[in-house]
Amino acid sequence: MGARPKRILPGFGLSLGFTLLYLSLLVLIPLSGLVLKTMTLSWDQFLDTVTAPRVLAAYRLSFLAAAAAATINAVFGLLVAWVLVRYPFPGRALVDGLVDLPFALPTAVGGLALTAVYAGNGWMGRFLEAHGLKVVFTPLGIIAALTFIGLPFVVRTVQPVLQELSSEVEEAAATLGATRWQTLIRITLPGVAPAVLTGFALAFARALGEYGSVIFIAGNMPMQTEITPLLIMSKLEQFDYAGATAIAVVMLAASFLLLLTINLIQWRSQRHQTTP
Amino acid sequence: MAGHAGRSAGTATSAPRVSTEPLAVRCVLIGLALAFLFLFLIAPVVMVFSQALGKGVAAYLAAVTDPEAMAALRLTLIVAAIVVPINLIFGLAAAWAITKFRFPGKNLLITLIDLPFAISPVVSGLIFVLLFGARGLAGPWLEAAGWKVIFAVPGIVISTLFVTAPFIARELIPLMQAQGAEEEEAAMILGASGWQTFWRVTLPKIKWGLLYGVILCNARAMGEFGAVSVVSGHIRGITNTLPLHVEILYNEYNFTGAFAVSSLLALLALVTLIAKSLVEWRSNHNPPDRREKR
Repeated sequence: MGARPKRILPGFGLSLGFTLLYLSLLVLIPLSGLVLKTMTLSWDQFLDTVTAPRVLAAYRLSFLAAAAAATINAVFGLLVAWVLVRYPFPGRALVDGLVDLPFALPTAVGGLALTAVYAGNGWMGRFLEAHGLKVVFTPLGIIAALTFIGLPFVVRTVQPVLQELSSEVEEAAATLGATRWQTLIRITLPGVAPAVLTGFALAFARALGEYGSVIFIAGNMPMQTEITPLLIMSKLEQFDYAGATAIAVVMLAASFLLLLTINLIQWRSQRHQTTP
Repeated sequence: MAGHAGRSAGTATSAPRVSTEPLAVRCVLIGLALAFLFLFLIAPVVMVFSQALGKGVAAYLAAVTDPEAMAALRLTLIVAAIVVPINLIFGLAAAWAITKFRFPGKNLLITLIDLPFAISPVVSGLIFVLLFGARGLAGPWLEAAGWKVIFAVPGIVISTLFVTAPFIARELIPLMQAQGAEEEEAAMILGASGWQTFWRVTLPKIKWGLLYGVILCNARAMGEFGAVSVVSGHIRGITNTLPLHVEILYNEYNFTGAFAVSSLLALLALVTLIAKSLVEWRSNHNPPDRREKR
């Protein structure tokens, strides 16, 4: 890497220079501003802010709801991807296109619509509340909203891997006397596991920071249904910039950690693919 | 090194498979998947339109053509019209630098591009309030110059730029990585200039991927809520985008209005999905690099 490699194509300086300038102005400098702002707090102030009972309750809710939603998505996302790849059925192309809806629909609209569906007078809510299950303004509602926004992450990560996974290996296993169940558990599942894990992590990361779709359905009661991003928002509305910043730094650290984990999973699974 | 290209054409064999499930199991699995998708995807969208039209077409039209809703629509379109071209240029530059050249720290750069995806929208808005707000780092300086960024349109544009920055770059990088640099190098050796190579060789190869990224970037730019909500200040008619207007109407218990404005955004989402499917279909059926493959 030391010696300057011979480059035939032009534009290295221009494209890399622009990229670095743009990312510095838009991402790096603003993010370091956040860290700088935190520095103005003393360590005790910082700890007091980020470990206040209301904040801890918000962390716990955000973390558990995101984990629950990502788990639901891992299971049903795998199912949806499996059905889309393996079973031809009428309307499959339509369903396939629809999976991306949460990417295309503004999150506020998604949240609003889910609230209407699962409210006490909504289509699903009426039915569920008759059975004693209240969704809207409870953690269940938050999980529903986070499931909505996370679904495409799992489906779109697993789908191409399932497609690449040749059925020949499964056929070989079947020919060698494995039952269908054994083939699925021993051959197919290990093949898609890294993709499911990546999808889970992506859905989890997105769910952790999600705001728009949650606030309508959550009810936003402190200590009960108040998610972490909302807490930042309410601190900002009270002009408590230092408090908002402190909580944001904790969230940012969680984001970095998740990004690192996702890259690690992908890097490991790629290495496994290239070295059989 | 042979990385597989993103969307592969689904060329499933039509021969009967040894490795599949009994018909009953297949039907149950398909039914389960469809039920799940219905509960979480289809029911909400149908709900938006049925609620929007619940009080009749006249009430719907009145809510949609309300001056404040129209102002919000205009602002949303303006923001997208500024943000998408800038991030298009960024995406092209980043993908060109990353896929056509070797340099140290490349993986770090890719992670940096991904970063806005991993950050909560609310935090994305917050960092610009801390930077440009009245009590922010650059706040006093901006005030002296008479520029207002936070609680004004520039803040909305900047935070939307941040949130949507990765979309086009992330779409182009794997695509251009799979295509390699040989054809561009051949064009250069044959005497084409750098821009000629880009316009005549690279752009035709990546146009569908590029369009795909633009569609996704545009949808997010028009629909962004959290980040914009932090920096907007919710001034009606001035700094109110469509998604923010939905929230205001909803908080005022104007449900018909909220769902009517939502239906505009839901329509945008449906158009996005259709355009995306068309692009996918075109790029699968007419891969531009197929005829040049050895």
